[in-house]
Amino acid sequence: MHIIDRRRDPGGKSLANRQRFIRRARAQVRRAVREASSKRSIKEMGEGGEVTVPADGVHEPTFRPGPYGGHREYVLPGNKKFVSGDRIDRPDESGGGSGASDSGEGEDDYNFVLSREEFLELFLEDLELPDMAKRQVMGVEEQIPRRAGYRSYGSPSALSVSRTMRNSLSRRIALRRPSQDEIRRMEEGVAELEAEEGDGPALTEAKAQLELKRRRQKLVPFIDPIDVRYRRHELVPQPVARAVMFCLMDVSGSMDEHMKDLAKRFYSLLYLFLKTRYKQVDVVFIRHTHEAREVDEETFFYSRESGGTVVSTALEAMSRIVADRYPPTQWNIYAAQASDGDNLPMDNPHTVQMLREAILPLCQYYAYLEVSHDETGGSGADSDPTSLWRAYDQVARSDGRLAMRRVGHRRDIFPVFRELFARKDTKAKATAP
Amino acid sequence: MTSSTASTKSRKAPAAKRVDGAMGSLLFSGSDWDFATIQRISEAVQEIGERELGLDTYRTQIEVITSEQMLDAYSSVGMPLFYKHWSFGKDFARNETMYRKGFQGLAYEIVINSDPCVCYIMEENSATMQTLVLAHAAMGHNHFFKNNYVFKQWTDASGIADYLAFAKSYIAKCEDRYGIEAVERVVDAAHALQSHGIHRYPGKRSMDLRSEERREQERRAHGEALFNDLWRTVPTKGKRDRKKTAEDRRRAILKLPEENILYFLEKTAPRLAPWQREVIRIVRLIAQYFYPQRQTKMMNEGCACFVHHRIMSRLHEQGRITDGSFLEFLHSHTSVVMQPDYNDRRYSGINPYALGFTMMQDIERICTEPTEEDRAWFADIAGNNDAYGTLRDIWANFRDESFVSQYLSPHVIRKMGLFQLMDDEEEDEYVVGSIHDERGYREVRRALARTYDVARRDPDIQVIDVDLAGDRRLELRHFVSDGVVLEPKDAERVVQHLADLWGYEVRLVESDDEEEYGEYVANPVRPILEPNPVL
Repeated sequence: MHIIDRRRDPGGKSLANRQRFIRRARAQVRRAVREASSKRSIKEMGEGGEVTVPADGVHEPTFRPGPYGGHREYVLPGNKKFVSGDRIDRPDESGGGSGASDSGEGEDDYNFVLSREEFLELFLEDLELPDMAKRQVMGVEEQIPRRAGYRSYGSPSALSVSRTMRNSLSRRIALRRPSQDEIRRMEEGVAELEAEEGDGPALTEAKAQLELKRRRQKLVPFIDPIDVRYRRHELVPQPVARAVMFCLMDVSGSMDEHMKDLAKRFYSLLYLFLKTRYKQVDVVFIRHTHEAREVDEETFFYSRESGGTVVSTALEAMSRIVADRYPPTQWNIYAAQASDGDNLPMDNPHTVQMLREAILPLCQYYAYLEVSHDETGGSGADSDPTSLWRAYDQVARSDGRLAMRRVGHRRDIFPVFRELFARKDTKAKATAP
Repeated sequence: MTSSTASTKSRKAPAAKRVDGAMGSLLFSGSDWDFATIQRISEAVQEIGERELGLDTYRTQIEVITSEQMLDAYSSVGMPLFYKHWSFGKDFARNETMYRKGFQGLAYEIVINSDPCVCYIMEENSATMQTLVLAHAAMGHNHFFKNNYVFKQWTDASGIADYLAFAKSYIAKCEDRYGIEAVERVVDAAHALQSHGIHRYPGKRSMDLRSEERREQERRAHGEALFNDLWRTVPTKGKRDRKKTAEDRRRAILKLPEENILYFLEKTAPRLAPWQREVIRIVRLIAQYFYPQRQTKMMNEGCACFVHHRIMSRLHEQGRITDGSFLEFLHSHTSVVMQPDYNDRRYSGINPYALGFTMMQDIERICTEPTEEDRAWFADIAGNNDAYGTLRDIWANFRDESFVSQYLSPHVIRKMGLFQLMDDEEEDEYVVGSIHDERGYREVRRALARTYDVARRDPDIQVIDVDLAGDRRLELRHFVSDGVVLEPKDAERVVQHLADLWGYEVRLVESDDEEEYGEYVANPVRPILEPNPVL
């Protein structure tokens, strides 16, 4: 009879299987995650949470008898009133076997809880900022430690046991430190001699030898401070791609609550995406009415303000900030603009000119999102284009860096967002070995 | 029903207690336990098990685990180590959700058929529950594993832990080498076929040289004794025999028909790489290891329940557990062996614990206090006054099906109110067949035994033919019985898996002697073996 306490064993033995299950059910989980996202409020967009996966997607088939048909026999317990030959109505089509032997048939959908990381991972899968081309060696943050030999001082956590022991062993050999085994052998020898002859010259000799060895063992330590070695690391600067994202949002009076909600949802997705995927991305928030202002995150998402609409002011603000803080030679510059498409008519030519000549040359990618009131959703392109849309459309035709989409309903936000930031070479990567 | 049995026992108890009262001191009081308690309990339990019931067990290894670890263990079929596969993650997700939401409690223990026999016990269990669990698993199941003939025939208890370790590391190595996805596809396909990867009959043992020589001598002696030159002149049919068709020869070479589909694939599939054959073999051997458990589920549980019930009662009689903990035991015992009626909301098939326990108690009764009826039905055991010996013999030599067909007594049929229900496609209504009356006992018993016949529960599917020199199409046949055909959606998918493993077209025909019910044809869409330069 053996009793073993396993309670302290590391748990999570099933973690690998669980991850495989999620990977297996990835398509279903992904769909579930994205459906969940349109129901959530802006704030809890990035939280983990429970998702439901239909059982069918992860079904394991076997050869088994079908539920109906043929001639079947059951033996049931608890007969109180039936006698041989009684006839009983079939309960229902579905209750074919009256539950006699249909174990393991109906499988339920799977509910399970995803952690925040798992959720985001699936939520933002295959998204990237396009064309992150400008890489540079920059300041302090982008240094990574790399192994670079050993040294004789350092923190205890960097102690290299194998190297230390190697040194200790060679020193012990060099100084002929007697091993524990040797001492024990000699002790046994002494004991034997003692038993044999009581005392004699051989015994005295042996005792002296043993004493000598013991002294030597005491004098030559097992591990000496000079043996100790620590792993040494060197910081190597890494070239990184630095990027800045400009978020331009129209908050003028013509944007109603619905439109603002759409725009904010879009930006919160964008912000979440940048924060989780790119540590090195700066985000600049600009909101504009008839004048533009750079604001912080809090104000951008939560404050109320309103006025007329002059889009070019935002573009001007952006180019000013770029000139001040983000030299285009060192930074990958991105911009996303959301608007309802209303602009002061006389401002349109100026806006287009700004965009074409000042902004687009700076940018790797410029996404324009037009929010509308199209409750039927989807078919935004069919309705009459707004003046800004028409103006931008011309630019987009000649310049691939400008992408435009329209959104009328909450549920379209996520698909549109994905379209705008989908990894362009996803397919190529997937087929490559 | 069960509660009444239980209360008879507890009524008996005080009388017996006075007799044995001096023998025992309390094993524990209260619900707390520590390792010394477990040690004491297991010694006491073992003593009663071995001395009084005559049980013969493997050494036991008790492992205390937390509920988290129990959930982990659930998801790998209870085994301490298992290869990695997403389906275990799926089970884990389901069990975890069920547990967290409180729909499902966890088992008190898991016991593994290995030598030494590993019993997992949960740290949350009270001292009484630990006693129950040790009596149930470490004595009951353990004895059954060691002595039942199906287990002896099919499983190697001392080798399983090593084999699982090998399987795990082999599959992990394959994953490193060929990619998780490639391995997963083979395992998926093999899992789909694992209920048809079982040898149902032990193969012929190859003879050693000495017995072969002896057989040869015996044959020769026999031939000499019967020699008569006259036979030479009798015309033979030898010529016609040799005219066996090429097809027959082909089948004979491939040993067709073959019902162990995985075995057939492992040995014959033309396009599998060696590692893929080994993976299939691993799945097949593990399925084979679990095959005895499927055949003896009801007896195994019945044996364990009977043993724990007897041991706990004895402990109580000896005054080694308190009345309180005996009541705690009865509470959980009765809920385990409760059989809801067919029209009860809780009904989900016959409870193997209930049926097994009831039948074994009934056998004890037949041995000690037989009625006239018992003497007529069970002349060989009625009144032999050796209940434990009889039961030990039954535990060793029967499986669920044969156990029911041999030992389901009229008394149990009456007590449980068993009746037979016929469901024929062509009729509009169910028909009640036999019930618990004089005319019905045998029929009910026969019908119940058939539901425990694993070979009948799994559809009978065999590999019939394959022309390896020709188009290599694999032909299978489902021998339909009683007109019950396969679940079509699943069958389609499994045939697809089969085609992927086989690498060529596969055809499964469902038929019986009279009619053909349908056929499934699949071509490999994603042949498992891509041309691989490494091999």
